[in-house]
Amino acid sequence: MADLKVTVAGVEFANPLIAASGTFGFGHEYSEFYPLSTLGGISCKGITLKERPGNPPPRIAETPSGMLNAVGLQNPGVDHFIEKDLPWLRQQGTKILANIAGNTPEEYCQMAEKLSDSDVDMVELNISCPNVKQGGVQFGTSCAGVEGIVSAVRKYCRKPLVVKLSPNVSDIGEIAVAAEAAGADALSMINTLTGMRIDIRTRRPIIRNNTGGLSGPAVFPVAVRMVWQASSRVHIPIIGMGGVSRWEDVVELMLAGASAIQIGTVLFSDPYAPVKILDGLRSYLDSNGIASVTELTGKIQAY
Amino acid sequence: MKYDVRICEILKKEEIAKGIYDLTVEAGELAEKAQPGQFAQIYIPGKTLRRPISICSADAAQRTMRFVFEIRGDGTKLLSEIQEGQSLDILAPLGQGFCLGDTSRRALFVGGGIGTPPLLYAARKFGGNASVALGFRNAEAVILEKDFRDAGCKVQIATDDGSYGYHGLVIDCIGQEMPEVVFACGPGPMLRAVSKFAADRGIPCQISLEERMACGIGACLGCACKILRDGREVYGHVCKDGPVFDAQEIVWEVG
Ligand SMILES: Cc1cc2nc3c(=O)[nH]c(=O)nc-3n(C[C@H](O)[C@H](O)[C@H](O)COP(=O)(O)OP(=O)(O)OC[C@H]3O[C@@H](n4cnc5c(N)ncnc54)[C@H](O)[C@@H]3O)c2cc1C
Ligand SMILES: Cc1cc2nc3c(=O)[nH]c(=O)nc-3n(C[C@H](O)[C@H](O)[C@H](O)COP(=O)(O)O)c2cc1C
Ligand code: FES
Repeated sequence: MADLKVTVAGVEFANPLIAASGTFGFGHEYSEFYPLSTLGGISCKGITLKERPGNPPPRIAETPSGMLNAVGLQNPGVDHFIEKDLPWLRQQGTKILANIAGNTPEEYCQMAEKLSDSDVDMVELNISCPNVKQGGVQFGTSCAGVEGIVSAVRKYCRKPLVVKLSPNVSDIGEIAVAAEAAGADALSMINTLTGMRIDIRTRRPIIRNNTGGLSGPAVFPVAVRMVWQASSRVHIPIIGMGGVSRWEDVVELMLAGASAIQIGTVLFSDPYAPVKILDGLRSYLDSNGIASVTELTGKIQAY
Repeated sequence: MKYDVRICEILKKEEIAKGIYDLTVEAGELAEKAQPGQFAQIYIPGKTLRRPISICSADAAQRTMRFVFEIRGDGTKLLSEIQEGQSLDILAPLGQGFCLGDTSRRALFVGGGIGTPPLLYAARKFGGNASVALGFRNAEAVILEKDFRDAGCKVQIATDDGSYGYHGLVIDCIGQEMPEVVFACGPGPMLRAVSKFAADRGIPCQISLEERMACGIGACLGCACKILRDGREVYGHVCKDGPVFDAQEIVWEVG
């Protein structure tokens, strides 16, 4: 049987599948379907220093092969997360990534400091949420911004630091290099691409926030391209995501350079997707005589 | 398990009014768990998001579940094309349904259009104690009248154009009712009027809301609606805190 274990920035995952932030809450709802230890890890809903109410509805729109969301980081705040959500999650036998967003570098640093004293395995710095005016994306779309925020947080963060990149940039390679230089232990990408839908009957945007973040199979080729471009520029590992819905997509994104994979939107159409993807991945590795899934990472033979 | 995914065979499919379909599916143990007012998320091949459809009724003995839906767009159109003998991938039962309490109380059920189906299962439990008032566009759009009558309920129908029953809004034909509890589902303005009807008389009122959904189980926070909790206005979630809410909890959007 092929070995599915992967290690990212010193953290060992039982398999390369991690639930993507914002699609899995804090795990409770999906634990109805299977033990959460089925997953290598869980990236929790994005949290902020103080509780946030989120955006007014509608927050969701369907798109061809995808969806838009503008949830707006509704969350109970970092203290509530550490006291109320983390203890239960910690017992589920899976790795925990705390996904954090803020308005100011100080907020990010305070959260990183609190989480460093907590039981989480990694901190995922969300500098790429497109749905709130000041949710970090202002730091995530220029090299100087990325360098500033990552080096500031680095000083306070005693957990492995994953920096989650926005695809809404012109040169993902440059941004990846800036994050690495500033002290990131790993990168995760891609967050959602900003999109929009309009109801032609009412001439109103479907989403109350006007724009939202595009996810799902529609963004998969963009994710493959960006993971490939970033991985050729940095030495730190990359957690790839964006539209993964089948085991074949996991293999493809790992060939492009990912060391682990997050899945989000596919859970909405099939809550059992992690189980099916892992089954498929296992038999693929076995039937191709691949001893460890880690052998796939970066093995693209590009022209 | 509170809810699960199941592949359910379609046992019966019927177009009961123009563009409105009535499906009965073989639902196994999901049928035993389903409570009045809960809903299902139905997978539509080729669509990213499941479609939320209320459980119109469930039969634990027969292990069946019934859905009544209207074609409103691409997804429901595709759903209407699936035939008897084929299967649906269903995630159910979801959300908080109606809190029925003492079914010997006089209950008033108010439904508008495609908001009618979710009331049937609950009204059956009240039988002869239920008075049901339903509003539709016109005579052709009237659905489920016989089902409510067969359950022993007293039924009044209103149509916008007067082509069947009372000519006008359903809210205008409930003035004489003296219920002890009210249940409603339908368009926003109707729900608001029903809430006011109940509040004016100091009667408890439960209403079923809709919102666009992704996960359907409370994980993505997509289906927000403003509610009062502990005196504070917060965004609750239709799929988990609802779809049925106490009318006094709802914070109605102005305009
Ligand atoms: C809890 C709940 C119970 C429901 N019960 C019933 C029922 O018993 N019978 C019935 O006919 N309809 C019901 N609806 C409404 C039904 O979900 C929509 O009509 C349906 O999703 C429209 O899908 P579409 O692809 O045809 O339309 P499109 O407009 O093409 O759909 C695009 C997207 O918007 C969403 N959407 C559009 N309208 C609505 C809406 N009114 N509510 C929620 N999401 C919407 C769709 O799910 C989809 O994700 C219910 C909705 C909710 C939330
Ligand atoms: C409803 C929803 C909420 C999300 N919330 C967050 C969030 O809080 N923080 C974050 O970093 N990414 C968030 N994302 C982005 C996902 O983590 C992921 O980057 C993106 O959806 C692409 O992956 P997918 O196509 O597999 O969903 C959210 C996505 C969705 C669909
Ligand atoms: S649809 Fe995901 S929280 Fe309600």
